[in-house]
Amino acid sequence: MVTGKKSKVGARIAIGVLAFFSVVWVLPIIFTILQSLRPYQDVLKYGIMSFPTHLSFHNYYNALVESHMWLFFFNSVEVAVPAVFLTLLLSSMIAFVLSRYRSRFTVPLLMLFTAGNLLPPQLLFIPLFRLYLKIPVPGFINNNHVLYDTQLGLILVHVAIQIGFATFMLTNYLRTIPKEISESALVDGANVWNHYYRIILPLLRPALASLGVLLTTWIYNDFFWSIVLLKSGDKRPITAALSNLQGEFNTDYDLLAAGAVIAFVPTLLVFFAMRKHFVAGLTLGATKG
Amino acid sequence: MQRTEPLSLLEKDQTKSKKPLKARGRNGSNNFTKGDRLTIAGFVGIPTLIHILLVWVPAICTILLSFTFWDGIGGLKNIKWVGFTNYRQIYHLDQNFGPAVRNNVLWLLVFAFIATPLGILLAYYIDKNLKGTKFYQTAFYMPLVISLAVTGIIWDNVFFTDGVVNSLLGNTNPNTAIDWFGDPSKNIWVVLLIASWRHIGYIMLLYLAGMKSFDGSLREAAAIDGCTEWYTFRKVVVPTLRPVNVIIVVVTIIESLRAFDLVYIINQGTNGLQTLGVLVYDNILGSSMRIGWGAAYATLLFLICLGPITVYLYQNFSRED
Repeated sequence: MVTGKKSKVGARIAIGVLAFFSVVWVLPIIFTILQSLRPYQDVLKYGIMSFPTHLSFHNYYNALVESHMWLFFFNSVEVAVPAVFLTLLLSSMIAFVLSRYRSRFTVPLLMLFTAGNLLPPQLLFIPLFRLYLKIPVPGFINNNHVLYDTQLGLILVHVAIQIGFATFMLTNYLRTIPKEISESALVDGANVWNHYYRIILPLLRPALASLGVLLTTWIYNDFFWSIVLLKSGDKRPITAALSNLQGEFNTDYDLLAAGAVIAFVPTLLVFFAMRKHFVAGLTLGATKG
Repeated sequence: MQRTEPLSLLEKDQTKSKKPLKARGRNGSNNFTKGDRLTIAGFVGIPTLIHILLVWVPAICTILLSFTFWDGIGGLKNIKWVGFTNYRQIYHLDQNFGPAVRNNVLWLLVFAFIATPLGILLAYYIDKNLKGTKFYQTAFYMPLVISLAVTGIIWDNVFFTDGVVNSLLGNTNPNTAIDWFGDPSKNIWVVLLIASWRHIGYIMLLYLAGMKSFDGSLREAAAIDGCTEWYTFRKVVVPTLRPVNVIIVVVTIIESLRAFDLVYIINQGTNGLQTLGVLVYDNILGSSMRIGWGAAYATLLFLICLGPITVYLYQNFSRED
């Protein structure tokens, strides 16, 4: 390795660039948090760059209780949890078959799933929207008796799209695990279900954890599908409901900032707690070469 | 990437062990029991059916719809085949066509020539493992976990009329200050800055993972030959990371075509912020309902995506069969 003066200067430049960019990266988030903690009048009076005269959680109270953000947060959870669970279940089943029992359909199927995941959502939504208006559901799911404007419909779309990515990723993961492990089970006479449930699923655990973290973030952060497939304001997840806080003429930016913080804090917490899984998930799916 | 080497070795092993496994089936016989067949059929059939019904069927229907007139009211019987009329109409009649194409192209150019190279540069610096690397990395990853709709709101604080930037510029007067989001000649650049905030971190993450798999001895050999570090990076490291490079090209194109959430949360994608994705939405759920136009815009998006999708599939599946 090069040593001496030159690399020292290089290291300094590197630290300078990294420090500059990372501060620029964090600042907007810090501004938003600061703003959410100060009352609107304060900003109006002294301007946004002034030193806050006092900080309070008043905006959070307003956002959570009066603007019902807690409800919208649970709407998000209600969609994300079943959607992630179903995606992991279904994709682990098909990934198991595709990686362990090879047939002439294996590669075409994998290509279908991989390409499907890369299609722009706008290409799917017109027929889905029309279809959802026609599909009947029982009254306890939706008063209007159609799939449109139900969380079930939203969950189904997320599952259908994410199965593409998840299958691709899990199949790649399983292929790195030697088949000899499976063969011992086959010699023991385990049937296909036990092979999946007792051998493959435990092996998949780390991949499922990474994928689960990633899918939860993606589905929780979804905006497009929730504004397209849901009409009732009270069913919307938190990302789509934030626009409720944007007034038509006058927006209380402090309230909006508090709403934004409430929306991103859960994902940031998940990220900080499971950073390794998050990074592993993104790179595993994206960089199989 | 980290596993490229062992992975490819394993795959070779597998092709050897594949045949006997398949031929023997369970217990050395070629036959699955009835239950096994049912299990396999369900395991493959259910996910495939859901994926095809809710992804591929709608995709094909959209492409077909782009060649038709349909007011969406009467049933499917009212659909009329009109050839390329919708495409001609959006090109000649829709005022939003030009700005949307311009914005998507700008988006792609800024991502390809500014954001992506910056992400690679940051990955190169992070890879040096200098003091504070963990903090830098965290800072760059954070935008990746924040929803684009929320991202729009966060940056609203920075750019709105009496926001941070105008305060720093010293003019927050609502009548004379710069209206970053309202001025159609400026707002797209602000949006591209915001989009880059997210994209740079994504590219950095992907590249960093790729670089971890790089063979260190190559770098040492280059250093012995007297190459500078930066030269080695450009001429030795980057070219050998071909799989990552392909992924980055694919991600860059596809992400720049998906542009919707950010512009929609800022001003519903109007007034200088039109994108193809927004126009699909507008023609279906907006004030004017032109299903054919919306479908034509969606099909255009699909046609542009076809390139990167093909490349990605080729990279991943060309070695198989």
